[in-house]
Amino acid sequence: MKRLSALFWSLLFLAVPVLGVATFAVAPAYDIWLPKDVSEHGPAVDGLFYFILWLTGAVFIATEGVLFWFIWKYDESKSNGGVKYVHGSHTLEVVWTIIPAAVLLFISIYQMNTWADVKMRRPDMAPTVEVIGRQFEWRLRYPGKDGMLGTPDDLHLVNDLHLPIDEDVLIQLKSMDVLHSFFLPNVRIKQDAVPGMKIPVWFKAREEGVFDIVCAELCGWGHYKMKGRVTFETRESFDRWLEQKYAEQEATQPADSESAAVAKLSPASLLARR
Amino acid sequence: MSTADTTAAGIEHGTHVSETAAHPQPSPSKGSLSTFLSTYVFSKDHKVIGLQFLFSTLLWFLVGGLLALAVRWQVAWPWSDVPVLGKLFAQQGGQMSPEFYTMLFTMHATVMIFLVIIPVLAGAFGNFLIPLMIGADDMAFPTLNMLSYWFMWPAFAAFSASFFVEGGAASSGWTSYPTLATNVNAAPGSGWGQTLWLVGLTFVGVSSMLGSVNYMTTIILMRAPGMTMFRLPMTIWAMFITAVLQAFALPVLTAAGFMQLFDRTLGTGFFTPEGNIVNNAVATAGGGQPLLWQHLFWFYSHPAVYIMILPAMGMVSDILTCFARKPLFGYRPMVYSVAGIAGLGFIVWGHHMFMSGMNPALGVTFMVSTMMIALPSAVKTFNWLGTIWGGKIQFTTSMLFALSFVSMFIIGGLSGIFMAATPVDIFIHDTYFIVAHFHYVLFAGTAMGVWAAIYFWFPKMFGRTMNEFWGKVHFFLTFIFLNGTFFTMHILGAVGFPRRLADAYHYETFHHLQPLNAFMTYCAIGMVATQIIFAVNFFWSMFFGPVAGRNPWNANTLEWTAPSPPGHGNFDYQPVVYRGPYEYSVPGVEQDHLMQTDPPHPAAAAAAAAAH
Ligand code: HEM
Ligand SMILES: [Cu+2]
Ligand SMILES: [Cu+2]
Repeated sequence: MKRLSALFWSLLFLAVPVLGVATFAVAPAYDIWLPKDVSEHGPAVDGLFYFILWLTGAVFIATEGVLFWFIWKYDESKSNGGVKYVHGSHTLEVVWTIIPAAVLLFISIYQMNTWADVKMRRPDMAPTVEVIGRQFEWRLRYPGKDGMLGTPDDLHLVNDLHLPIDEDVLIQLKSMDVLHSFFLPNVRIKQDAVPGMKIPVWFKAREEGVFDIVCAELCGWGHYKMKGRVTFETRESFDRWLEQKYAEQEATQPADSESAAVAKLSPASLLARR
Repeated sequence: MSTADTTAAGIEHGTHVSETAAHPQPSPSKGSLSTFLSTYVFSKDHKVIGLQFLFSTLLWFLVGGLLALAVRWQVAWPWSDVPVLGKLFAQQGGQMSPEFYTMLFTMHATVMIFLVIIPVLAGAFGNFLIPLMIGADDMAFPTLNMLSYWFMWPAFAAFSASFFVEGGAASSGWTSYPTLATNVNAAPGSGWGQTLWLVGLTFVGVSSMLGSVNYMTTIILMRAPGMTMFRLPMTIWAMFITAVLQAFALPVLTAAGFMQLFDRTLGTGFFTPEGNIVNNAVATAGGGQPLLWQHLFWFYSHPAVYIMILPAMGMVSDILTCFARKPLFGYRPMVYSVAGIAGLGFIVWGHHMFMSGMNPALGVTFMVSTMMIALPSAVKTFNWLGTIWGGKIQFTTSMLFALSFVSMFIIGGLSGIFMAATPVDIFIHDTYFIVAHFHYVLFAGTAMGVWAAIYFWFPKMFGRTMNEFWGKVHFFLTFIFLNGTFFTMHILGAVGFPRRLADAYHYETFHHLQPLNAFMTYCAIGMVATQIIFAVNFFWSMFFGPVAGRNPWNANTLEWTAPSPPGHGNFDYQPVVYRGPYEYSVPGVEQDHLMQTDPPHPAAAAAAAAAH
């Protein structure tokens, strides 16, 4: 009876690594896994994810396995000699301090380059577009014909971001009111938008397609619906789209009433002009 | 080894034990209301205060659990009628509004962190155990101790009241990031609700600080003769270091809380940048920085996550040794790793801010320190495994919870490494991966450790043991349901499923995740329902459980030499300590345990010498 209960409990602890690994193994089959990636730096990020997954997975299986084994082997109803009267082992302590320390240090150094690529090595170029978070939408501002932001010919849009593929794009990220976070799951990009700060975000998309822009930082009651879409397209079709949107804006705002229109455009553009 | 048997040498290290007469027992002959009040309500006895904390935190645990179920309901079946709770907060005919959802998760986390986890560890177990385990008759400052409990109620009142004020409860998350939290126009809950939240937080802070001062002083000054620092049980070491963490980190949060309060009420602009426009209203003050709050908040709240687990680690260490009938593996490394976690804990706060707009170069230094803090956690895990290796495991309910603490902490520690890797954090920050991580350390870790401790010290608290059969049923179901609820969060996070969204299914990326979320909600409901078993067992056993003697588990530490439950002043004789707390199964000793107070034993001295 006692033996049986020991068996039962040790199997319960064995279920942790077994079901744990199984969960991760079947998840991709149900598409509950990393979403499609279309960015240039994405493979490095995902690669690091997999590297850590394998590594921690091995440690997970080993430690949980040992835990199961000890629970199974050393239960009191099994008369396998006396209890080992030991207070520790200096050698073991050194070994299991040095090895994880080395591994953790390795992971630290190994990842730095990717981090620097995504967040520190900003391309030397003018912003492609300005993205401004506002409860609960993404305001977009493309430089007009003069190629400069903050001039009267800027193109203003909401939630419908278009970007060219196969070249670096630089986004100037701002927020008008509260924190937001500009999250492109399919580009492995996330950056908080902070009121009072202009934060550069850059990447290169490799594939055409339409994807989600998610707000990932709580910004109020409507946070859940602060959704945008990003369209990646070739340079030619991007230019064509820009041309067309620009024409649409001109049509609704005659050039002479430009300043009036901007003033009417609510505080977003006001702030943008500062 | 410090655990060796010594005689007089150790005794000299012992320090002053205060007189029991210093706070005499209220004489029952008066039999008046004031006697009742001073014995059971405004008691200064550490055991009564500890139990007051325990009952209160269990009550608030229930509140926090129900809030969690409401959150889970919305995530699984957005905009459908909420059973029971929906009627309570009758809005739009039982359906939850998105702003109410933001209040729910804010208050769930607030209640769980500030009213449950922190006070149940330090307030309930710290209070009950510290004097008993070091051989003192009470805390150093009994009045402060009483106040530390009574400061919790204004906090609870403020948090509860906030649901009923205009605009409703705070709704900017337990992290309360400005400018959402500071600008009254930013959210309904950013009005009175947020102010009350800050008031409540301040009360909790005062309570923690009073406790912390008391614990440090008591542990340093009131140890029994012979109880050197390196003969303290791990529980006490963990409580001590936790108190130090509180004392150094808390003032920063308190100051930051006041700054936020002033931003909201006096028009200062510590956290509001120039020209901030919320909801078409231009902020009157400016010149501040929203990121400043994040730095100050996490400077406290990262150490606080260790405040929320170190005592559980300590208690689990003691329980594992007792039910493995074996000395703790690597006592000193265990102490040093707790100290290491505490020290490193002060320089890793920036890992919550990798995506915040903080200088990415600074992020690199925080990344390295964060990676390094996984090291002492790993060392502790290996030593726990070493402790049960070669032991004689008794499958009590308490032991099962303690073993599951180890098993679950491994998961929480390993998931920390993903997030510490900055490039990976780009993708998983603010997703369910983080939610999985902290529920593995806080619920599957700390809460399971607390249950282990409740089953273990219940006999000392009430003189009776809890029912083992129902205890195991409680353990089994909790264990299954918790993994069903939280393990799946990792893979949700791998899709990038964001936290704090009232409804994420309109995103193309996440629209297929509803069935998984429904599964998790079923498990969560099961998990909360299982606690009924615990509650019944707890209260039933208090009155009808089998009577326990002084030492039902044959454990070594001092509290087991006192009567169960101990009377006022704790010990019926002055305990004198001769050895460390983990002398189980000493060769040559008839009994399989040698209590810290057992007189020197020749065989034990020989065994200790041989162990060198
Ligand atoms: C192995 C050690 C650990 C490492 C390396 C680690 C790492 C991290 C990192 C990097 C984050 C930030 C993730 C993000 O927001 O993107 C985080 C979040 C968190 N961690 Fe840990 N952690 C560890 C242990 C713990 C422990 C022991 C606890 C609590 C007992 C804890 C509680 C939390 C909480 C509550 C959060 C989320 C706070 C929030 O955003 O609401 N962690 N952890
Ligand atoms: Cu948002
Ligand atoms: Cu942290």
